[in-house]
Amino acid sequence: MAYSEKVIDHYQNPRNVGSFGASSDVKERKDVGVGIVGAPECGDVMQLQIKVGDDGVIEDAKFKCFGCGSAIASSSLATEWIKGKSVDEALEIKNTRIVEELSLPPVKIHCSVLAEDSIRTAIEDYKKKNGQPVAAEAGHGHAH
Amino acid sequence: MNLPIYMDNASTTRTDPRVVEAMLPYFTETYGNSASRNHAFGWGAEAGVDRAREQAASLIGAGPKEIVWTSGATESNNLAIKGAALMYAKAPMGSEGRGHIITCIIEHKAVLDPCKRLEREGFDVTYLEPGSDGIVTADLVRAAIRDDTILVTIMWANNEIGTINDIPSIGAVCREHGVVFHTDATQWVGKMPTDVERDNVDLLSWSGHKIYGPGGVGALYVRRRRPRVRLQAMIDGGGHERGMRSGTLNVPGIVGFGAACEICENEMESERERLLALRLKLENELKGLMDVVEVNGHSERRLPHLTNISFGFVEGESLMMGIKDIACSSGSACTSASLEPSYVLKGLGLGDELAHSSLRLSLGRWSTEEEVDFAIKEIHQAVEHLRALSPLYDLHNEGIDITKIVWQSH
Ligand SMILES: Cc1ncc(COP(=O)(O)O)c(C=O)c1O
Repeated sequence: MAYSEKVIDHYQNPRNVGSFGASSDVKERKDVGVGIVGAPECGDVMQLQIKVGDDGVIEDAKFKCFGCGSAIASSSLATEWIKGKSVDEALEIKNTRIVEELSLPPVKIHCSVLAEDSIRTAIEDYKKKNGQPVAAEAGHGHAH
Repeated sequence: MNLPIYMDNASTTRTDPRVVEAMLPYFTETYGNSASRNHAFGWGAEAGVDRAREQAASLIGAGPKEIVWTSGATESNNLAIKGAALMYAKAPMGSEGRGHIITCIIEHKAVLDPCKRLEREGFDVTYLEPGSDGIVTADLVRAAIRDDTILVTIMWANNEIGTINDIPSIGAVCREHGVVFHTDATQWVGKMPTDVERDNVDLLSWSGHKIYGPGGVGALYVRRRRPRVRLQAMIDGGGHERGMRSGTLNVPGIVGFGAACEICENEMESERERLLALRLKLENELKGLMDVVEVNGHSERRLPHLTNISFGFVEGESLMMGIKDIACSSGSACTSASLEPSYVLKGLGLGDELAHSSLRLSLGRWSTEEEVDFAIKEIHQAVEHLRALSPLYDLHNEGIDITKIVWQSH
């Protein structure tokens, strides 16, 4: 399959790779929200960690991804887009914008959905840790 | 060394230039219909086909009259399986209980799909499950045979993992029970010594393009003696190929098929040894460079030139993207509409995450050590790059067993 130049660029030079510590450590940290979505048996797992300042702005974001090139690019792009946004602004990011930016073909749309899910899950984790209400809408399922 | 390098010989092979040379006169000079009995063009074409029949038969220890030309292994499998089932059916069309067929869950689709069709048409099919090593044993077959079993079809070597079944023993079990035995030998013939007499085979399929011959031409061996095997034709028409497969023969293709068989027969021994050494180097060096690298399927009973390797915590399609100068296949089918990993790897009981992490590398006649060294370097770099991105590799390094985690599946 042919990949867009942007997908190839994110694949070769992924932005903001990493984490803010081992999974057991970040669990305890109130300034860090973690979203892990997907499953190994489906061929993709995305882990997004956000570090949120007292003002509710995402200061830093890190990702790790097991998945195809489009999944890696979607999560790498997501970290770029959410940095500097407030958590509520970040929740506005829709998967369709990721599809457009990376020119993902139809069979790869699920990668963008997963990236959107990881943003929401990380923010919900952060909000729960800080006693803030989370939106009623649960992660919307998507067909695989 | 030219890039990209070709390591997908189990998909198809480069046509040997010697084969092309043998074919060319049959397009423009000896272009007759091999069934035309009245002129030199026809006689010339017929002589080319007869010679190819001898070359093909010789490669598998058969007689030339036991070769039926087809369009490839898919058609050979269809003719063998449906043709035998319909010929030996125990009840007429439209009824149930027409007979029992035994095959295996990791066969090629060109075997499984004909079996499924027969199942819908009143036959009973048992799909044997090999162990985690991918081997179908004679004991498995013996235990599945029933009074109404009419056909056993088990591949000689598997196209995804290269494992080799004990065909002579399976053939002996079938012979003992008077059951017709077909083997899809597409990945085996031409690479490994074959003798349908010694190996107790009744029907055997193979394809030209897997043995450095042309595409679109294949053969089916149909035993004529002890016992004589009869088939119902699938393609009716002019009664070519003793009525088993009608249609004007593809003379240049068949000539090329024959030439490819002869070259394989002559060069098999040295080619096998050379490719085995290269494959072992590939496997051993990759295992030495990285942890959690698994060669799938039985460790010894395997084709010399084919390997299927899982690189834990790395997804196959992204790995392919990182090794774009190596033409090979991935066990992950994430590109297709289904996100299912290979049914063959799943059939071995391999966890889905390892099935998603596999590459099939298959060497061939023109593979060099330089290419193998290049592949090792490229694969190593790509796996390291992707493991640095992999949340699963982190969990593994933290001592967490990822198969025990409850994932938010979707
Ligand atoms: C084991 C096996 N059987 C059958 C086939 C089908 O061969 P063809 O495509 O030449 O009909 C293949 C090739 O893909 C194969 O590997």
